[in-house]
Amino acid sequence: MTIHYLDNSATTRVSENAAKKAYTLMTEEFANPSSLHSMGFRASKELENARDTVASALGAESSEIIFTSGGSEANCLAILGAAHAHKKRGGRIVTSALEHSSVYDTMLHLKEEGFDVVFLPTKAGGKIDIDAAFEAIDERTILVSLMHTNNEVGIINPVEELKKIIKHKNSPALIHIDAVQAFGKTDIKVSRTGCDLLTVSSHKIHGPKGVGALYIRKGVRILPLTFGGKQERKLRPGTEALPLIGAFGEAVKELNIKGTTEHVRALNTYLREQLSEIDGIVINSPEDASPYILNFSTCAVRSETMLHHLAARDVFVSSGSACSKGGKSHVLKALSLPDEVADTAIRVSFSKHNTKDDCDALIEGIRDGLSTLARR
Amino acid sequence: MKEIVLIKLGEIALKGLNRFSFEDALKKNIKSALYGAGYFKVSIAQSTIYVTPQSEVDMDEVCDRISRVFGIVSFSRACVCEKNIEDIFLKAPEYLADTLRYAKTFKVEAKRSDKKFPLTSPEISREVGGLLLEHFPHLTVDVHNPEVKVVVEIRDFGAYIHAGAEKGAGGIPVGTGGNAAILISGGIDSPVAAYMLAKRGVKLTAIHFASPPYTSERAEDKVQRLLRKVSRYAGPIEMITVPFTKIQERIKDECEEELFTIIMRRMMMKISNIIAEKYDCTALITGESLGQVASQTISAIACTDEAAEMPVFRPLIGMDKEEIIQISRKIDTFDISIEPFEDCCTVFTPKHPRTKPVLKFVKYAEEDAHLDDLIAEAVENVKVITIR
Repeated sequence: MTIHYLDNSATTRVSENAAKKAYTLMTEEFANPSSLHSMGFRASKELENARDTVASALGAESSEIIFTSGGSEANCLAILGAAHAHKKRGGRIVTSALEHSSVYDTMLHLKEEGFDVVFLPTKAGGKIDIDAAFEAIDERTILVSLMHTNNEVGIINPVEELKKIIKHKNSPALIHIDAVQAFGKTDIKVSRTGCDLLTVSSHKIHGPKGVGALYIRKGVRILPLTFGGKQERKLRPGTEALPLIGAFGEAVKELNIKGTTEHVRALNTYLREQLSEIDGIVINSPEDASPYILNFSTCAVRSETMLHHLAARDVFVSSGSACSKGGKSHVLKALSLPDEVADTAIRVSFSKHNTKDDCDALIEGIRDGLSTLARR
Repeated sequence: MKEIVLIKLGEIALKGLNRFSFEDALKKNIKSALYGAGYFKVSIAQSTIYVTPQSEVDMDEVCDRISRVFGIVSFSRACVCEKNIEDIFLKAPEYLADTLRYAKTFKVEAKRSDKKFPLTSPEISREVGGLLLEHFPHLTVDVHNPEVKVVVEIRDFGAYIHAGAEKGAGGIPVGTGGNAAILISGGIDSPVAAYMLAKRGVKLTAIHFASPPYTSERAEDKVQRLLRKVSRYAGPIEMITVPFTKIQERIKDECEEELFTIIMRRMMMKISNIIAEKYDCTALITGESLGQVASQTISAIACTDEAAEMPVFRPLIGMDKEEIIQISRKIDTFDISIEPFEDCCTVFTPKHPRTKPVLKFVKYAEEDAHLDDLIAEAVENVKVITIR
C-alpha cells in the first residue's frame, strides 16, 4: 500500500542526491574542513560550495550565511544575538503572537530578562496588523522579528513593509524574518524583504534534519550563543556538520520553485473544492495563503482523533505545528477561532511528491471518519 | 508592470570620435555583467543605454550588477509607459506607491526630449504632481529639497517613470584602456590596485606566484576568490599561476639573506614581463604603497622597477593603509585578504631586509645565483584558468 504523506511542513523526504551527498561526505570526503591538508581543503571547498548555493538562492553574499543546527537554533541565535548586541540602543523588541515557538518562547525569555517585548495583534484573516507595527516601532526598538509564512495556516505576512516603517520612524531596529516555511516555496530574496537577519531550514525542502542557516546582512553585528572555535565567523563554533550541510546544498540546487508551486497550487485548489463539498468543514487558511499549506476544521471530530484515524489509512497529516506536540496551538489561539474550530483543526501540507491520489485518499478518510467517529 | 533600466553615460560621452567604440565596449560589458541573470536587449539612443529584460528577471539583482559596471555615471530603474498622458496617469500611482507611502515630501520633474508630445515639461510635472497628491494626500511638494524626486521622461521610443537615479560605478569601460597584468599575492593591496586600474578602463590579466609546499593550495584558492570579487567590476580575468618554489629556494641558498626580498621581487618582475607580453599586456600593475614595508622604499622600488621593461603602474603608491582598507571593504575583498595563509611574499622573509639596496650590488648577487634557466622553466610551467 502506498503512503499518502501530507505533512510536508513538518518535514519532507530527503532527496536521493542530498542523501548520496551526505553519504559521500561521511565515508569519503570526511576530513575536517579546518584541517590544513589537502583533504581538509577539499572538505572546506564542499562547505563553501554549499554556502554559495544557499547564498545565491537568497540573493545574498556567501559571507552573509552561517550554518546552524536548524531553523530553531537560527531563530534563537538571531533574536538573542541581536538583542544582546544592541541592548544599549534601547530595550524594545517587536514581534507577533503568530510566531513559531522557537521565536515565541525566545521572546518570552527576553521579556523575563527585562526587554520590552511587544506582541503585535493580527487582523481578521490572521495577517499581522501593519498599522499596529507602525505604532509599536519607535526609536528605542532594536529588533523586529516576524515570520514570512506561518507554519500552521500558511498566512503570508507583508514583511517588506517593515523596512519602510523603520526608515520612516528613524528607528535603529534590525529586522529578522523567519522564512523557514517560505524558503524554496516562494522566491525569497533578502534585498526585496529588506531584512538584516533571515532564517531558513533544510528539512522542509527535501534536505536532511539537523541543519539550517541564518543570513546575517553584511555589517550587522550579533553576539554568539556558544563559544569554542573560529568556525562560522565565531558565531556558531564547533566542527561543521559537513554531511548535513553538503546535503542541504544539494537540496537547494534541486529546487524548482515555480514548477513545484504551480503543481502544489493545483492540488490545493482541488482539495479546497473537495473539502467544501463536505458539510460542516471550515477552511482556516485564507485564499492568499501559501499554497503549500491548507488548514481546515471538521468542526466535529477532535484533531488528534481524526489524525490517528487517517494515519491508520496511511494518510499522514498534522493537527497543528508538530513542534508543540499535543499542546494547544498558540497560533490558533491568536487567531481567536471558536473552540469547535480550533479543537478540530487539521493541517495538510504539500510537496512536489504529492498527487491527486493523496488528496482523494484524504477526502475519503475524512468522510469515513466523520460518519464513524464519535463527535467531540 | 514592465520595468527597464536607463543608464546614463559618464566621461565617455565626452570622448569625441572614440565615443562609438566606448559605447560598444560598455554595451558589451553590461551584457557580460548580466550573464546568467536572464535575457536582455541592450540598446543605445540619445546617449542613454536601455536595458530591457526579455524574460522574467530579478530587477534588484540586475541593478546590483549594473552598479558595478565602469563607465556608468548613474542609472534609473524605471516603469515603461505608452507615450500618452493617460497611461502615465494609470501607472504612476501604482509604480511609485512603495516609495511614496512613507515619504513626506516630493517633487515631479519632467524631461521631454520628444517635442511632439502634446504637453510641455512643466505641464507634465504639474499634472502628474497633482495626481500623486490625490493618491497620497499626506505628501507635500518641496521643489528645492524633496525626499523623493519623481522623474517622468518622454523619449523617442516610450515614456518612463522613475523615482530618481542611483549613482553608477563611474570610471571608463573596461577594455577601452588597454591590457595590463596585475601581480597578485593574496594580501589587501593588490586586489585594490586591480580594481583601481579596471576603473580606468584597463582589461586585467592576473599573475600569481605559488611556492608549494611552502604555500598551500588554500593560498591559491584565496587568490581565486579575490579575483572573483574583482571580476565583478573588471569582467573575466585570466589568472596565471607561476611555480616559484625553485627560484625562491635558489635565491635563499645562493644570495645574501638581506637581499632575498629584493631579488625575489626582481625575479617576479622579470617573469611577469615575459608572461604579460605573451598575453598582449603592455603594462604591469602592483599594489605597492611607498614606505609600507622594506621592499617598498624608494630605493627598493627603483631596484625592482629596473627588472621590468614595461611601465609598472602602482595606483596605491601615495595611499595610507586605512584608505586602501576602505576600498577593499567596498569591493568586498577585505575579509578574504585577511585570511591567514602563507603566501609567496612571506616565505623565507629575512629578519632585516635591506631598505636601501644598491642596484649594482643586487645585480652582482643575482648573476651569481644563475637564475635564468629557472625563470625559463617557471614561465614554461604556468597554469592558466579564467576567473569570472
